[in-house]
This record gives sequence, structure tokens and C-alpha cells, in this order.
Amino acid sequence: MVIASREVQMLTDLELMAHLYRRAGFGATRDELDAALARGYEATVDELVHPERVKPLDHWLMWRYYVDIKELKQSECGEAYFVYRMINSPRPLEEKLTLFFHGLFATAWSKVAITKTLCNQLDMFRENCLGDYRTLLVKMARDPTMIFWLDNQMNTNEAPNENFGRELLELFSMGIGNYSERDVKECARAFTGWGLENTIPGVQPFGRFDWQYRFWPERHDYGEKTFLGETGTFDGEDVIEIIVRQPATARFVAAKLYDFFVSDTPDETAIGELAEVFMQTDGNLRAMMKHLFLADWFRSDQAYYAKVKGGVEHVVSVARLVGDFGEPAWGINSLALECMYVGQQLLNPPSVEGWHTGTEWIDTGILVERINFAAAQVGDVSKPGIRRIVERLRSRRDLSPEQLVDGCLELIGPLRVLDRNRSSLIRHAEEGGPVRWEDDPVAAEQRVGEMLQVIVATREYQFA
Amino acid sequence: MKKPPTLVVLQLTGGNDALNTVIPHGNSLYWENRPTLAIPEDQILRIDNQYGFHPSMAALKPFWDRGKMAVIMGVGYEDPSYSHFRSADIWYTAEPTKIVTDGWLGKVVRELDPKAENVVTAVNFGRGLPRALSLAGVPVGSVARLDTYGLLTRLASPSQRQSAIELFSCLYDDGFDDKGHLPVKPLDPHAAALRYMGQTGLDAKKGAEILSTVLGGYRSTVEYPKTPLAASLKGIAQVKLGDVGTRVFYTSISGFDTHAGQGPIHAALWTELSEAVAAFFGDLREHDADDDVIMLLWTEFGRRVHDNVGGTDHGAAGAAFVIGEPVKGGIYGEYPSLREADLTDGNLAHTVDFRSAYTSVIERWLQVDAKPIVNGRFEDLAFV
Repeated sequence: MVIASREVQMLTDLELMAHLYRRAGFGATRDELDAALARGYEATVDELVHPERVKPLDHWLMWRYYVDIKELKQSECGEAYFVYRMINSPRPLEEKLTLFFHGLFATAWSKVAITKTLCNQLDMFRENCLGDYRTLLVKMARDPTMIFWLDNQMNTNEAPNENFGRELLELFSMGIGNYSERDVKECARAFTGWGLENTIPGVQPFGRFDWQYRFWPERHDYGEKTFLGETGTFDGEDVIEIIVRQPATARFVAAKLYDFFVSDTPDETAIGELAEVFMQTDGNLRAMMKHLFLADWFRSDQAYYAKVKGGVEHVVSVARLVGDFGEPAWGINSLALECMYVGQQLLNPPSVEGWHTGTEWIDTGILVERINFAAAQVGDVSKPGIRRIVERLRSRRDLSPEQLVDGCLELIGPLRVLDRNRSSLIRHAEEGGPVRWEDDPVAAEQRVGEMLQVIVATREYQFA
Repeated sequence: MKKPPTLVVLQLTGGNDALNTVIPHGNSLYWENRPTLAIPEDQILRIDNQYGFHPSMAALKPFWDRGKMAVIMGVGYEDPSYSHFRSADIWYTAEPTKIVTDGWLGKVVRELDPKAENVVTAVNFGRGLPRALSLAGVPVGSVARLDTYGLLTRLASPSQRQSAIELFSCLYDDGFDDKGHLPVKPLDPHAAALRYMGQTGLDAKKGAEILSTVLGGYRSTVEYPKTPLAASLKGIAQVKLGDVGTRVFYTSISGFDTHAGQGPIHAALWTELSEAVAAFFGDLREHDADDDVIMLLWTEFGRRVHDNVGGTDHGAAGAAFVIGEPVKGGIYGEYPSLREADLTDGNLAHTVDFRSAYTSVIERWLQVDAKPIVNGRFEDLAFV
């Protein structure tokens, strides 16, 4: 029998552009893809990696509608705001990288419990996600959320706390096996005194205050340290400077980016290439992202639909497809809840390791939830994005069952399904016969809605 | 023939106020600390001359009177977290000192059904799986509402849906053999992911089919209240009575975070809870099925001893309950001291570790070794 294996096929320009937008953002509608195709692939990559050239999302609009998005007293508000940004930001890569770093430098409401501080961290990611890794690590080390999450406010010259120092090396830069226990201790010493201020407890009646970074000189260890073979009176910035010079750090960042943006299956050659870009550009993330999107291995069958969509990616890409959340409206909060239902509550990753990816996104309950959520959205033919799909299909005149299936697969992705699954879809469509727009326009639209529901229920749709 | 023991876990989300649930009316410190929230003495449902239940627990009181309700007082853990999420995670994972992700009930289910042969060995009623049930490789049915549960439930007509479900099987089936293995190994990692997805989809569909069968055979004269918790517990009764092999059920009721306006909110919650639980056990009794079910009620923490004028803030030690015919009723653990010198940050110190309650449920009731699940040996409370 034929096993689900992929034949090597050339990607069409349309498929390639949709692939780019699924990875660099949260998917694109056919109208957006047509506009991008007119600009060309390389120009589109250039635009994506230069979000500063595009006007940012108008957050005032959100603040006007939802006072609490500004005040951010509740975790739900911060989650909904992030979802709104991911759907609507004209700078998709900025939001995608923010989600990436939210998982890599995972800090969670479960411990930090100050929504505004967590959201400030996301803003820091937005500002620094395409700069150099050294700056990002320094900002991350001074981020109040991270300091509290890893107890660095307790890290003093009298009682060093290794939590941050250890995770900086293990989870944020070099990876285990590339440093000694002595390095962990010396690293922790360098960050002594990197603490907090404005830590007013978040209880009523004062409400929530966002915490701030503060350096406490009297708690800092000014002594000599030997870290990764270098000796000096290092502080945290010096240590990070040494860390980002290490080939292990280059490989670590490269592997994380490859896993998030390219494929669930590591490819040593591709990761090596990205690591090389890191070394040559002093850890410039923009250069790495540009190289990644332009690489042959990204623009090939090797990467095409080779990732299981994360929970947030799934919810946000469906919301973008149906085009129903373009402005602040009731319901955006339900999308944030939906992210939780499919196993990725924003602002609350399960542990310091962030979210596990690949097939770990899926279990029986989550699969049912993903399918039913997506089906309810795409089956509603009154939603603007689905109306556009219906209009495009209508312009192609009457459709045979095969044309209905192929048209829906094309307009929802394009999505490739296994040959025999395409045959099953066609057999299913044949039960309703051809789609005749003149005979019964309402029924014809319903046929489209129903086919879209079945398509989002496929396994192939669970991949990005 | 005796049916295998079944556990129902009911989570009280938000931090239930233990002090106004099992009220120490014989202790003058209770009255001093609750100037605005003390329950009037004549309304307390006395269980002895020291303690009594909240008046909204009237429907549960008969379980206590018949010796079928264990009250675990002072339940908590060292160095308590006052964060809802963190403290709930500690209870979910049975691990107070480090952040881990495997749920204690997930591990229980793995022991009960090591080869994952029954996709509904555990069933959650609610949306989104609680971390307590989360463990890689352990399938868990998760149901928002039993009568509308399933795949593609939004499709217009039943025939359309039937046809779509048949299609779903084709789309997810790679031709697995009886053991769920493919006759040929997949050729590349992407194919392996597709295959995993296929198996999961078929499991989900099988679970939905199994659960849909239980509705048809269910008859009962018990009238459940019209509340969300009662709907979930009715669903649990239906699945239990359907004999589909479910051993662990889970559901929750939220709203216990009573920082303000606690009086009426707390009363309404306990009315909803007590009436739903009483109806549930009444339903099981009607079907002569109440001998093999116990229910564990837990909350992430108790609340501050002194009220904040109208409400209570996050506390530490709380109360847990175990209800059911096999239960040996009574008070377990020790009611924590209310003396100021014995409080930490104004909160009750725990007298019994929550993992003791888990240990007794796991070993005495479900007959599984608790040590690897709760990561150690804890006092056995012997309430069942």
C-alpha cells in the first residue's frame, strides 16, 4: 500500500508565497497573496524582515474600545491584545518572532501574575527581535518578568542564586554540555544585583503596577570571575558578550529558528548555514531571518507543510482567513480562550521550557477542539473572508465536484493533501453533484461552506 | 460482579474559603476574624459542637450524616504559593518545588491502561484539558457537552454529518492493523507525523463514538438542577452507567475567587455544587451503581483568615472532600490553628499534605502504586 510519503514536487509561485506567509506570519488570504506575488518573492521577504518600514498597528484604537487593554489588570486582556495584534499587525514577522521569543524566553502568568509586566516584555521582543542577539539577551536579562521568573532579584553577592545564570546558558544561549558547573556559578555572580523596583504587590485596592529593572550596586559582586576560559571583573553585559561569541550559541539560535520557522525535522546542513550567518554578523537576527527565507531548503518541498501548526498559529490563521476580527470587537477574548483550549494559553507557557512543538501540539481532545473551532469559523459563509472565497469560486462558473474540491483547497491554502485523500474528498463532493450557482445560490454557498469545514478537518490542515 | 473502582475529580477553581465551608463555630477566633462574613450561628449546619457546614451545603449534609463524606482539613503543602495558576499547577502535577508538566491523573491513567487500549479510560468534562490529565501518550476524552459532543458538529444535517464522519475516517486512516501499527514503516519524518495525526484522529473519533452510545441507553428519574456543573455531572453519570470502561472523570466549577461580595457568591456556588453532587449520587444509587464511585473535591488554596470587609484574599491551607458510598466519613487531618502566632501572612498553616489525599485515592481506591505518581511516600489517610 502507499504510505503517506511526499513526492518531490516543485512548488508553484503561489504555493511558495503562501508558505512564506504561514511561516513569517500567520497565513495570508488569497487577496494578500496576489498582492505579494505582484511584488515578487524577494521583495516580499525584504519587506517582512524590515517591519520598521511599515506603519505599526494603531494600538490607540484598541485602547479606545477596551480601557483594560491599557490598564492590563487581567491576564485575559493581555492575551486578547496579543491575539488582536497577531491577526492585524501589518508587520507579521514582528509578531511571529514575538511569539517565538515568548516561547524561547518563556515566562508565565502562573508565577509573575502582573499582566502589564508580561506585556512589556512582549513589547521588548517586538523592538529587538530583528536586532542582534547580544542586545536581546541584555534586555532579556534586565526584563523584570524574567528577573522575577528566575529569581534573579534574590541573586546577591552574599547569597548568589544560580537560577537565571543556569537557564541563560542552558535554555537561552549555549545549550547543555557546552559549559561547566563552574561557568554557571561565575555567570550567576556576574548578574548579582540585577534586580527589581516598583514591586508593589498586585493586590487590591492599589491595582497592578508594572515592575521595573533596577541595579543594586551594594548587592553586586565586583570580584574577578573566570567564565568560559576568560578572566576579568565581569558583570552581566560582559558575560553576555562572551556568550554570543561562542559557536555553541550560534548553533543554538540557528537550531531554534530552524525548528520554529522551517521544519519539525532538524537538518544539520541548514542549521550550520544559519549558525554561520550568526557568526559572520555578530548574531544579527535580521540577517539570519533573511537568509532563512531565501534559502533553497526553505523554498523547497523539504520545508513545505513540514511543521505541525502550533495552537496559536492555528487559531490566529483561521481568524485571519475568515477576516472577522479586523477591528476591536466582542469575540476577540474568545479567541484568546480558544488558544488555551488548543493547548497554548498566551502569557502562560507551561514551564521555563516554553511549549513543546511538533506532534506534541496534538492530542485527542485538542484535535477535536482544533477541528470544531476551525469548522465553525469557515462554515459560516457570511464571514467576510469566506465570502471572498465564495465570490472567487462563483466567478469560475459552475463547478464539478473535482473543481469544488480543488478550488477550496487552493483558496484555503493552497493546501496539498495526499492523493487518496483528495480522491476521498471528491467522492464526498460527488454526493452533492456539481455546484450550480444559478439553480440555488444559497445551497451552492452552503456547499462551499461544507467543503471548507471538511478540509479544515483533514490532518494536512493541521500542518503549516 | 463488582465493577472496577471509578474516581470523579471535581475542582473548585479560584480558591474556596475553607473557613466558611467547614465552619469552626466553637472557636471564638472564627467570630473575631470574620466580622463581615461570619455565617450566623443559627444557620450553620452543625456536624458537632466545634464544626459545622455552610448552610448552602444542605444537600451534602446527608452524606456526612450517613458517614459517607470525608473532610480533609488543613490540606496544603510547604511554602504555599498564593498564585492561582501556580498553586493549581502544584496540585495538578503533585510537585510543589519545581515546575513540571506531567499531570498526576495522567500518570494514574497510564497505570490503569498502560497500552492505551481504551481511549475513554479518562474523560474530562469541560473545555481544554486540565494539566492534571495531561501526559504524552495518554489519550483522554474531553467533552464540553455530551449531547453535542463529536467531530464536525456544526454541519447542517445529520446525514451530511454522517457522510462527513465517514469521510473523516478515510482521511485519517492509513490502514493500521489491530494494534494500531502500520503494515509498513513510514518513509520520512513528515509521514510519521501524519501517521501520528491519523492515529490521534481515529482515537478521537472512536472516543466520540463510544461516548455517543451511552446516551441511548440512559434512563433516570433523577432531575438534575439546571446548572452547568449539574450538566457535567449528569454527563459523567451517563458515561459511567454506559459501562464504557472509564475509570477517571474530571470536571470543575469556577468562581471561588471571592475577594469581594463573598457572602452571596459563595452561598450560590455551594448550592450549585451541593445540589449537583447530590443529584449525581442519587442517579448512581437509582442504578445501583454508587458502590464503585468516589468523588474527590479540591481547590488550589483556602483563603485569608481575616476577611477584608465583604471578601477574602488568597490564603494557604484549605479543605478537600471525598464523597461516596465506599468512603469512611469523618474529619481527616487536623483543623489548623486560627491563633495569630500560628498563621503565616495571615493564612492557615497546612496540617496535612495534599499528596496524602492523592496517595489514599490512588492506592486504596484505584489500587495503583502512588509513590512514582506523587514522587514520594506520604501519610495514608485511610478514608476509603
